[in-house]
Amino acid sequence: MTADVRDVWTYLADTPLLGLTATLIAWDAASWIWRRARMTPLLNPVLLAIVMIVIFLSATGIDYRRYFAGAQFIHFLLGPATVALAIPLYRQIHALRRSALAVTIALAFGSVTAAASAVGIAWALGASRSTILSLAPKSATTPIAMGIAKEIGGLPSLTAVLVLLTGIVGATMGPWLLAKLKVADPRAQGLALGVASHGIGTARALQSGEVAGAFSGLAMGLNGLATAILVPLLVRWLLN
Amino acid sequence: MLSYITVLLGCQLAGETIVRLLGIPIPGPVVGMVVLFLLLAIRGGVPEGLDKVGRALLLNLSLLFVPAGVGVMVYLQRIAKEWLPISAALVIGTLITIAVTGLAMSALVKGRRQ
Repeated sequence: MTADVRDVWTYLADTPLLGLTATLIAWDAASWIWRRARMTPLLNPVLLAIVMIVIFLSATGIDYRRYFAGAQFIHFLLGPATVALAIPLYRQIHALRRSALAVTIALAFGSVTAAASAVGIAWALGASRSTILSLAPKSATTPIAMGIAKEIGGLPSLTAVLVLLTGIVGATMGPWLLAKLKVADPRAQGLALGVASHGIGTARALQSGEVAGAFSGLAMGLNGLATAILVPLLVRWLLN
Repeated sequence: MLSYITVLLGCQLAGETIVRLLGIPIPGPVVGMVVLFLLLAIRGGVPEGLDKVGRALLLNLSLLFVPAGVGVMVYLQRIAKEWLPISAALVIGTLITIAVTGLAMSALVKGRRQ
């Protein structure tokens, strides 16, 4: 009997079905917990799902490569999803055309600050080269940041987690900081949250209002694009 | 529905091709996003079917990060070793960015109104 179970397990651990199913189950469970906790950014469902799967894989002794053989079917959709970001961006640019100049200038400041501060602080505190390269695009939205990390020689998986943590930091501490600095204009609040902490920041901005949410979404899209152009140039210039 | 998935994949393919041909270090899907944006601007609107496909993908966008994120298990030792520069860059860097962007935008918006 135990031999049979072991045979079944050996088979399951090797088929792509396990990685795929485990990912979806963990995602459902994590989303449920997050909703029960009133969608607090601290219990971000992506982070929760990752922790659950890492524990599951460590407990069962399945290595990452075998897991990814199944999970890659989900991972593949990141490409077309990134392309689809053009749709909300197109809509918001139409609505927000009036503040175009202010948005462009503030965004340029924000994008440069995001990349330069991450690289500068990590470098000053003695991080390794590949860690610095993985941190550089941390304020861009995850699919774009991972693409940049891969392009410049960082570690896309590490970047994915760093981007999530950046979003959580921005969404939990950002509104407090903006209040301290007396930034009261919802356009400025939204833009700041979107540039610094992408989709998670945008979700937080939407909670404070529609204007802040729209500017945050716009900032996330444009910052993704700006970071993709800026970071490879910055890295080439700083590290060569 | 299916034909609009083809539109998204076509844009991505165009993006990957442009990036490889020009040798620029920008992710292919990002250029694909620009291609789709230009197509929408030329067309002057979002077709309903494309909107549906896009919504289905973007509503579940967070799920798509999970497989890559799990890859962090390979780097747990590195994170344990470099926890200080990593967490300082995350927290301080993000707060500086929020401050700079928020202050710049509120100064610009105020300046234009006067």
